[in-house]
Amino acid sequence: MSLQEDIRSFIVDNFLFGDEGGLSNDSSFVKEGIVDSTGILQLVAFIQEQYMIAVEDDELIPENLDSVSKVTAFIKEKKRMIAADRATADI
Amino acid sequence: MSVTGDFSKEVLRLDPEMEAGRICSRIRELMLTRLKKRGMVIGLSGGIDSSVTAALAAKALGKERVLGLEMPERHSALETRQLSSMVAATLGIETVVEDISGILESVGFYSRYDKAVRMVVPEYDEGWKSKIVISGVIERPGFASFYLVTQDRNAAISTIRLPFKPYLEIVAATNFKQRIRKMLEYYHADRLNFAVAGTPNRLEYDQGFFVKLGDGAADIKPIAHLYKSQVYQLAGYLGIPEEIQKREPTTDTYSLSQGQDEFYFSLPYEKMDLCLFAINNQVPIGSVAAALGLKQEQVQMVFNDIEVKRSTTRYLHLQPLLVDDIAWENSK
Repeated sequence: MSLQEDIRSFIVDNFLFGDEGGLSNDSSFVKEGIVDSTGILQLVAFIQEQYMIAVEDDELIPENLDSVSKVTAFIKEKKRMIAADRATADI
Repeated sequence: MSVTGDFSKEVLRLDPEMEAGRICSRIRELMLTRLKKRGMVIGLSGGIDSSVTAALAAKALGKERVLGLEMPERHSALETRQLSSMVAATLGIETVVEDISGILESVGFYSRYDKAVRMVVPEYDEGWKSKIVISGVIERPGFASFYLVTQDRNAAISTIRLPFKPYLEIVAATNFKQRIRKMLEYYHADRLNFAVAGTPNRLEYDQGFFVKLGDGAADIKPIAHLYKSQVYQLAGYLGIPEEIQKREPTTDTYSLSQGQDEFYFSLPYEKMDLCLFAINNQVPIGSVAAALGLKQEQVQMVFNDIEVKRSTTRYLHLQPLLVDDIAWENSK
């Protein structure tokens, strides 16, 4: 399963009772009422635990967390930064 | 209503005598025609809202038909009892003191709460204190997050962002307090054939700042239409003691002192009132920013926060949902 499919599956299972109907990868979680502010906390917990990524305070913004596509891009970018940091440390 | 250039706190100015008279007439009418109860029970917190509600009830029904309940527990602020007793004495109403620490102990509140805190601060122990605070809406754009503030035995403070599970555990445990208090209010109401008053002001009612089946439960909410600034205006008219009028709004829920604006609201109540009023009355955002001394982007963040809270707490106001509507008229 791709990262995007993983995220999508988490959203569908946890917030839509398994019913994908109408969820596009660009659907805004908040504007479409899919995830509320408590749900965002749950999403952040999932990201942190599943992908071993620390989500910082200033990263808790809609640009990172408000759709399947945005979450996917955010995780990819965080992983890229972690890999870059590791590469720098190894030098 | 249209408010433009000269928007200020004056828009919330009311005639306290006239408003108190109007509320009292309505309380009497509702008690006679709808609730059919002979008096009112009010939980006294030593704060402005419960004090004003008790004063209005005493004025509407007679002081002998009002029972004030003082329900401290081991985390309550020391001044809570002192202030709630003071307002009861001023109003001449009877009070009953119910220390809820024992009930909270029995339901496992203290151990559940401490266990939840230890999920994030393992060394949290006896002698420590804690509270939850919210991220500043106008300081940091984005989703709200909650932080646990702890104070150790040496008064050293530390703050940590709360993950999802401990956040829910802490809030769920803490909600025991409001629900146990409401259970006792209904016990006394039942034995006296009284109604139970809820004490939210408009800001709290609109923004869902209450616990469902806790402080949100009531038969009547006499000041739910009043902005908090207006509650203070009534307090002056009704002779609520100065000490209560000067007290900072507090939740008095956690062992560390916690202001309402650090737990729930984005701004102090005077400014929140004006933002809520502005939304309700379509006041231009530029006028609000000028009146509050904020940037327009900051006011917009507060407006957004108000709408988000309205949306996420709407279910707190709902009656239990039914699959099919039941028409009461047909079952008479």
